[in-house]
Amino acid sequence: MLAFAMPPAFSRSDVDKIAALAHLRLSEEEIELFTRQLADILEYANQVQRIDTTGVPPTASVVTRHEADRADEVRPSLTREDALANAPDASLDAGLFKVPRVIG
Amino acid sequence: MSNLTTVRSIRDAVRSGARSAVEVCEQSLARIEAENPALNAFNTVTRAQALARAAAVDAQPDRAALALAGVPVAVKDNLCTRGVRTTASSKILEQFVPPFDATVVARLEAAGAIVIGKTNCDEFAMGSSNENSGYGPVRNPWDTGRVPGGSSGGSAAAVAARIVPAALGSETGGSVRQPAALCGIVGVKPTYGRVSRYGLVAFGSSLDQVSVFGLTVRDAALVLQTIAGRDERDATTADVEVPDYVGNLGGDLKGARIGVPSALFGEGLDADVRARVEDAVNAYRDLGAEIVDVELPHAGYSIAVYYIIATAEASSNLARYDGVRYGFRAEDPKDLREMYRRTREEGFGAEVKRRIMLGTYVLSSGYYDAYYLKAQQVRTLIRRDFLNAFEKCDAVLTPTSPTPAFRLGEKTDDPLSMYLSDIYTCMANLAGVPGISVPCGLTPSGLPVGFQLMGRHWGESDIIRLAHAYEQAHPLTERPGVRAEG
Repeated sequence: MLAFAMPPAFSRSDVDKIAALAHLRLSEEEIELFTRQLADILEYANQVQRIDTTGVPPTASVVTRHEADRADEVRPSLTREDALANAPDASLDAGLFKVPRVIG
Repeated sequence: MSNLTTVRSIRDAVRSGARSAVEVCEQSLARIEAENPALNAFNTVTRAQALARAAAVDAQPDRAALALAGVPVAVKDNLCTRGVRTTASSKILEQFVPPFDATVVARLEAAGAIVIGKTNCDEFAMGSSNENSGYGPVRNPWDTGRVPGGSSGGSAAAVAARIVPAALGSETGGSVRQPAALCGIVGVKPTYGRVSRYGLVAFGSSLDQVSVFGLTVRDAALVLQTIAGRDERDATTADVEVPDYVGNLGGDLKGARIGVPSALFGEGLDADVRARVEDAVNAYRDLGAEIVDVELPHAGYSIAVYYIIATAEASSNLARYDGVRYGFRAEDPKDLREMYRRTREEGFGAEVKRRIMLGTYVLSSGYYDAYYLKAQQVRTLIRRDFLNAFEKCDAVLTPTSPTPAFRLGEKTDDPLSMYLSDIYTCMANLAGVPGISVPCGLTPSGLPVGFQLMGRHWGESDIIRLAHAYEQAHPLTERPGVRAEG
């Protein structure tokens, strides 16, 4: 028995929706190409639906040891100047990244 | 000078003063000049910094204590180097100059190694042929009409062409072992958590692991033990003692058990590759190892699982490229939203967009359970398959790649056929276990073939020792055809 219903076929409207979610603008050519290619890839990926995974816990991470806890102390890190050095637009004096207008 | 081709021989010569680190470095830089026009293996050559560092090693009174004294190395261009541009072979990072070193780079340099350049790769390490680079494809030194494999193709080509004796790459689904096999060299991916990812440009964080190329197993092991171990800057690194991989080499293989999952030697496997890998299995039998049948019942699903999980993680990791803090920004956007969209449209290449789209889809509302959650559950089953196999054997042996190096352009129109290049490798990344690819001869048309051994978590020592025993008995004596000073 299938653990999940097979997802519906992938369409051009899916590409439009995902591109918006991912903040990607795509050309008309890319939209057509990705509609076809992603449909093929997802059809292949659908083979995972055939496996009975009832009661199987998901693996999000293969880390088996957790030694990362440490005291919450201030430590040296990047200087503000270093942190801003690669910005396309920044104000070093004010210590700010600059972006285009957000509100009308 | 010409016989200084291994990490160990260079290290020993520099330690004793028989050769200066500067001379060795100059020789490596000359090899780049001679070979790189044909190979395109380097995005950036760090000539001035490398020569200065080599001079510093020569001036160091205690250089005899340095594990990699004066050894020239190449580093994949997705590993951050302080003051040296780090592009991940993406146009979106063309001008990015990191203000810090990746931990692995810092450890190499502390051990006396000399980074001579940053190597070309698939954009953001997404690819199996190096054709997805924003800076042109890398070519295979054995046949420049063919791909070197990917995504760490530049590092593999640089080692195979004897430009450097060792190099760093990174793996998410086989991006070191697969190009190692296609270029006739050794590639080792450690256990997830063995090597710090601090300063590695993130792709699939639960899968990514810095990995090593060498001309020999011993050299790869030496470099790996230099970079391995807990790093407080990467919370996923484990506080597990790093064995002396090199010191553990040798001894016979009596009592060693090698598992062969014969069900994976069928459909899709090139006949020449199959023949060479079966020869390797027989060679292990001759060396005294016991060959046992094992099953990895869910291995056939690993590509599907991998391309769901890796793209999901990538879509999240690559959200940071927004034109705000670093990297490329599109010109004259009318508002913030348009800036994000156009920056990413103009800055990312086709494969990266494809994977962001796929990853966003499998994580999106309505599809999360059917794809992402389901893939994570099958990932558990793949892990269990390995645990079960290791009840019966010490290492699992398979081909590294289903085919030898393919022609440039052969798979670029069909992403799925490209993805299938990782069919044997990505299962180790999903399970978190270590793997090593070892050359095992050439096809009749003269292309290298590799097999891989996968081992238990934290069991690099076992597979490195087994790999070394094979290599001692059956070294690859042929060299690639690009001009190589002998």
